[in-house]
Amino acid sequence: MKKFLLARCGQAALVLLVMSFVIYSLIGLMPGDPIDLMIASNPGATPEVVAHLRAIYGLDQPILLRYAHWLLAALQGDFGFSRTHSQPVMVVLLPALWQTCKLMLTSFVVSVALAFALGVVAALKPGGVADGIIGLFAFAGISVPVFWLALVLILVFAVNFHVLPASGISTVGDGGPWDQMRHLVLPVTTLALANTGQFTRFVRAAMIETLRMDHVRTARAKGAGEGRVVLVHALRNAMIPVVTVMALSFGGLFSGALITETMFAQPGMGKMIYDAILGNDFNLALTGLLFATLVTLLSNLLADLAYGWLDPRISL
Amino acid sequence: MSADRAVSPWALRWRRFRRHRAGMASLFVLALLLAFVAAATPVARYLHVDPYETDLLSQYAPPSPDHPLGTDDAGRDELVRLMLGGQISLLVGVLSTLVGTVIGLGVGVVAGYFGRRLDAVLMRFTDGMIALPLLPLLIVLGALDLTKLGFSAEFAHSGAAGFWRVVVIVALVDWTGIARLTRAATLALRDRDYVRAARASGGRAGYIMTAHILPNVATPLIVAVTLTVGRVILFESVLSFLGFGIVAPMPSWGNMLNNAQELVTTAPALAIYPGLLIFVTVIAVNFLGDGLQHAFDPRSER
Repeated sequence: MKKFLLARCGQAALVLLVMSFVIYSLIGLMPGDPIDLMIASNPGATPEVVAHLRAIYGLDQPILLRYAHWLLAALQGDFGFSRTHSQPVMVVLLPALWQTCKLMLTSFVVSVALAFALGVVAALKPGGVADGIIGLFAFAGISVPVFWLALVLILVFAVNFHVLPASGISTVGDGGPWDQMRHLVLPVTTLALANTGQFTRFVRAAMIETLRMDHVRTARAKGAGEGRVVLVHALRNAMIPVVTVMALSFGGLFSGALITETMFAQPGMGKMIYDAILGNDFNLALTGLLFATLVTLLSNLLADLAYGWLDPRISL
Repeated sequence: MSADRAVSPWALRWRRFRRHRAGMASLFVLALLLAFVAAATPVARYLHVDPYETDLLSQYAPPSPDHPLGTDDAGRDELVRLMLGGQISLLVGVLSTLVGTVIGLGVGVVAGYFGRRLDAVLMRFTDGMIALPLLPLLIVLGALDLTKLGFSAEFAHSGAAGFWRVVVIVALVDWTGIARLTRAATLALRDRDYVRAARASGGRAGYIMTAHILPNVATPLIVAVTLTVGRVILFESVLSFLGFGIVAPMPSWGNMLNNAQELVTTAPALAIYPGLLIFVTVIAVNFLGDGLQHAFDPRSER
């Protein structure tokens, strides 16, 4: 177990290191560079001045050397300065990370709960009417473009019926807990609906398989009520593979969170990365992408652990 | 059909597929969509509209005989642009899937055939790719300055560059599933007698992989490839929507929603059409995949 954990942590660290270099190189290939941005506001700069500036900032050095410098600083917690926010990157990033975690966790919980309810109902009578409707819903969830789903929800609930706010995290002058919750309703619904489809299919497949097993038949034979058979004898076993797959998809929520935050103007990591790339804020974009990778890797690691913990037959 | 007549596996599969109602329905829907996007040029000629010409005096015109679905924010005919945008979105979906499939097949067959260290390296790399947050990565790739990669400035700012860039970057992030499936299938085939015979008679690795292994891993991949098309169309739409994919004046279902925040209040219908078409296309592709899965799985014969 300890050995497995160490190996997985080592692997994750390696992926993170490789990714940091890849992202670092990619950011360097984006349009413009810091010097261009500086001389844009100072068109009189001569080529000598530009070359001098490049030398001061180390931009004339080979990429490997620059990366090594950046890595050394990053390992000491120094991720540089955000150009658009005029603040250290970490000061901008941490509140955004918290905001995104809130959005991702809430939607995750909502979609897991919905998926279990729908998946179990569908599995009770495969091929039945309920199964058909739930199947259609699940397919819709997988196939819908998330940004368009957000658009439709805004159109219906914010523009037509004026019942929910379409953007931001609180109303100016209010900002109480109730007001903040109202602002989370549409983003959470969007992100949750987009994931419920996939999750429902997992639950349904696992439940159908488990309901066919011998121990379920035994439970029925000894006279256990149908509710007990389904919820205790079958569901508990069906949960093992399902929870693992769900935990593995948690990192995938990040892509959805980026779209949701952009659509609903939520100040989270996704919107921050998007704005940073649009605004040539290289340090912020680089660090944001690295943290997004870190979140995904950590959730995969947790999924592996959850698997071993849920299924005693597996010794890691 | 008499029982003693030989039935090819493909005939069996087609028979099973025909019985899958959702699969058949989606085939019909996809045919309709293809007809819809193919009608762009004839319809534009019939309506006497130029889908690229902007006319700021007739912004957001309501539906009329001249413009059956009205006009967009630049006064262009919405219906014809939906058809043209569909051509681009579907083309990206198919081309990007093709490129991604080639990458996945290559990585998978090499990893599975050679095994050992090469397998370990390639598969760890694949695992790493799977663990990445794809959309942020796609946005960075979409924002790259092509001139810094050595392309000419003229090419980098052309519409063709925008199109091929989307095709390539989406393929670059969506090949991992195909690679894993191919590797598993290759592992199962590698030590079959006919492959060993080919090796014993002096066949080179490249020849054995292309002539003996790849044709036999193709069938199980059909379902996975179909589902990839749906995912790729979604990736293209969101990238174009965010402004990092297909860029105007070339329309795509994604970039027609670029100014969605404005559309929601001024012309809600225009915010609905492109997304609805993406939704219908992707759901049809996914149901088609489901039908194919059913058709290719002999256990579904009851």
